[in-house]
Amino acid sequence: MTDVQVPLTSRKDWQSDQEVRWCPGCGDYSILTAVQLLMPDLGVKRENTVFVSGIGCAARFPYYMNTYGMHTIHGRAPAIATGLAMARPDLDVWVVGGDGDLLSIGGNHLIHALRRNVNLTILLFNNQIYGLTKGQYSPTSEVGKVTKSTPMGSLDAPFNPIAIALGAGATFVARSHDMDRPHMQEMMRRAHAHKGAAFVEIFQNCNVFNDGQFESLTARANRDDMLIPLEHGKPVRFGKELEKGVVIGADGAARIVNVADVGEDAIVVHDEGRPEPGLAFMLAQLSQSVHQPTPVGIFRAVERTEYTTAAAGQLVAAEERSGRGDLAKLLHSQPTWTV
Amino acid sequence: MTDVDTRSGTSGGSTSLDHVVIRFAGDSGDGMQLTGERFTSASAIFGNDLATFPDFPAEIRAPTGTVFGVSAFQVQIADHDITNPGDAPSVLIAMNPAALKSELHRLEPGGLVILNIDEFEQRLYDKAGYTADPLEDGTLDAFQVVKVPMTSLTKEGVKESGVKPRDAERSKNFFALGLISWMYTRPVDPTLDWIRERFGKNEMVMNANLMAFKAGHAYGETAELAGHRFTIKPAEQSAGVYTSINGNMAMAWGLIAAGQLAKLPTFLGSYPITPASDILHEMSKHKSFGVTTLQAEDEIAGIGSALGAAFGGSLAITTTSGPGVALKSETMSLAVSLELPLVIIDIQRGGPSTGLPTKTEAADLLMAMYGRHGEAPMPIIAAYSPSNCFDVAIEASRIALKYRTPVIVLSDGYLANGTEPWLLPDVAALPDISTQFATEPNHVNETTGEPEHWPYVRDPKTLARSWALPGTPGLMHRIGGIEKEDGSGNISYTPDNHGHMVETRAAKVAAVADDIPPAPVTGDVDDAELLILAWGSTWGAIVTAVDRQRAKGRKIAHCHLTHINPFPSNLGEVLRRYPRVMVPEMNSGHLAKMVRAEFLVDAKSVSKVKGVPFTAAELEDAIESMLEGAK
Repeated sequence: MTDVQVPLTSRKDWQSDQEVRWCPGCGDYSILTAVQLLMPDLGVKRENTVFVSGIGCAARFPYYMNTYGMHTIHGRAPAIATGLAMARPDLDVWVVGGDGDLLSIGGNHLIHALRRNVNLTILLFNNQIYGLTKGQYSPTSEVGKVTKSTPMGSLDAPFNPIAIALGAGATFVARSHDMDRPHMQEMMRRAHAHKGAAFVEIFQNCNVFNDGQFESLTARANRDDMLIPLEHGKPVRFGKELEKGVVIGADGAARIVNVADVGEDAIVVHDEGRPEPGLAFMLAQLSQSVHQPTPVGIFRAVERTEYTTAAAGQLVAAEERSGRGDLAKLLHSQPTWTV
Repeated sequence: MTDVDTRSGTSGGSTSLDHVVIRFAGDSGDGMQLTGERFTSASAIFGNDLATFPDFPAEIRAPTGTVFGVSAFQVQIADHDITNPGDAPSVLIAMNPAALKSELHRLEPGGLVILNIDEFEQRLYDKAGYTADPLEDGTLDAFQVVKVPMTSLTKEGVKESGVKPRDAERSKNFFALGLISWMYTRPVDPTLDWIRERFGKNEMVMNANLMAFKAGHAYGETAELAGHRFTIKPAEQSAGVYTSINGNMAMAWGLIAAGQLAKLPTFLGSYPITPASDILHEMSKHKSFGVTTLQAEDEIAGIGSALGAAFGGSLAITTTSGPGVALKSETMSLAVSLELPLVIIDIQRGGPSTGLPTKTEAADLLMAMYGRHGEAPMPIIAAYSPSNCFDVAIEASRIALKYRTPVIVLSDGYLANGTEPWLLPDVAALPDISTQFATEPNHVNETTGEPEHWPYVRDPKTLARSWALPGTPGLMHRIGGIEKEDGSGNISYTPDNHGHMVETRAAKVAAVADDIPPAPVTGDVDDAELLILAWGSTWGAIVTAVDRQRAKGRKIAHCHLTHINPFPSNLGEVLRRYPRVMVPEMNSGHLAKMVRAEFLVDAKSVSKVKGVPFTAAELEDAIESMLEGAK
């Protein structure tokens, strides 16, 4: 929603005076640029915008935005942002965190923010590694990952962040990557406009501890064959000539086929607004690694009661029912006696 | 054993008492807490002074008839000022053999035992672990015994209500309440009104409970329990309007009041935990005061959401017990670093770990004081009585807002659930605790020349930092848990700045000492041979013990701290004024360690960590042995 009162701003207005301290070449820079360039287009005021983060490389993000910001503690950003958004439904609250921050130590807070549908725009920078602690495997790292803490290879099956969000009942779930600014910005724009908890996973390259992790997907030469764009109302097709597509088999599983083999009509048509999340979940499960064609775009965008509005509504309803709270009345609300 | 169950005697006469201590005991499902509360409420309305001690197991419904499933409620009512629920009860109502087995040892010699005789049978003796019949084996020799077939009389009495016989039995606690109300000449209307209101939605149950109460009352009258009718005159109390309040209710009301006095929206982030949950329940009922409550996904989210709300300009609160404080400690340190106001309420219970969830203890003081990583000082305030929780909630909020600091409030299970009459304060006389938010830039950027807001510019006197709320144009800023430069708030790792910030955060908390009353000393202020220094819920028992000892001619002073960090500025002088200092605590000597370290005084710890409060008699013993040992 564009507020006519909002003065025109440029990228510069949204940049803080703080020196950016990420490693040169880090994917975080491109995400920061995408956000700073997008903000002037969103029709929002800087003073009404708050970035909240936890701990990790991604979590330094708020320091670089000329908005209000809280850089908090590991994993807790969704909980802290929930309180802020409830106390101040007038604000635009963004949460920024990495895969360790939001899916490991903070996994609980993330799923509860999503199930409550708190009005937050949550950006998950997924680099599939711990960066700030210098290179341990993360909850999204592939099995067998050799890192400082797993010299013989990691044993843990990775989380699929999109599936986690869908499982938690998220009403807006999207994925993008740090090599495609327009796509990132489109996902962020839609996420910001969404009333409720909006979750955007962004594949992000850590050029120090996990360099090239997403190369197979995001390198310009690979994108056509490896990224499956999800577009509402359109058949799910990809490839240079859109020669490949996704079908839902009789067994209920999504799989990739040659369009020529099955016919155009067999290709599943994406519907981000389906009330039940089954299709979105199948699409989320289509890829099990960065070496398989992987969907990007909006998996799900549905309406559900937004939490902060409902919570504020209870305050209004309580006041309508019994009038504005009166302290003297409260103190006399139990049986009293006079001496 | 003196059997008095249906002995004839004069009817209508009653003996006047100056006080009585009654203990109701039964199965967890027998409704003993409710019975005790109603008796208390009627006594409060009658005008007695009183104090209560609910004592119940953690299990919601332990197997019936077992000793570990016994739930008890003790109340002292008096015609004079009292401060605690009494040491030994003089009357025990035992609804079954397990209740007798579990509670009889508390009764004073010669005390009165009222038994629900219907339940005294072999099957229940076995469950309670009695190997012989306690009615016959001499167990009750030292007591007076009244046997009342409560279960069968209740069934009979409620017949006309139409409830099924099995449900009829459930009204037997109201029979017991009716009987005790007759014995102690309590007004009946408040209880009848309460039953009508509480059970009005289910007419059959309401009528059954009314009938059971009346049957119990009538039983007292007709069975002519001679010599067992008593009056306790109303206590002389200061003029005013009173209500009966427990600590958690007072705490919730105090927090609601604080939001009103601060003119701020109030936010409570909390996770259910015994014995603190009732504060969440109560506050969530009062949204019309601008109170937002969140039952968070865990303790960490409870305090996290509150801290987020604080950043947004709410009076932010989190409520919990010891295990929850442990989980919140990282966020408490963040609040110290962010220098945002936050009130953390710890309703202490027995620990460590799950410990004794429904029992009381005061062993979180050193955790409140030191239980965080890094140098993270924070003011600590402790309530000393149920109604005092109201004042303490407001005081904690005042300090938090004025100094931009988290403040920890210590209460405990004993205060939380204990009830006392409360002279309602004049709302107009409550303090204004509103605070100032930054509205204008306080700095000019050296490179751009633009005005900006530096979040760590401080008030020179309080050292409180400038607090600008999101939504304020031109004051955008970032705060975080990384060490920051004083003034600008920019990330800074320089050694001197860190040293400066550590000292500044400590100095800010220390500065609160100039803003609180001096340590209060009562009793023989000028010539005491012993000072009792204490904090928290030990107050009631200490006051009683000190009064009795002074009546015996001993010279004793009592200093009860509300502000524990920082200490009142005169505390060192107070401690050195007296030849001996004794520190009774429901922990292994936390405050004693603190004052020994701070003031190098030879404070002697008197410790009780059993999940139950000190009795006045135990404290008298401690006083006597200390003073006699000194001779």
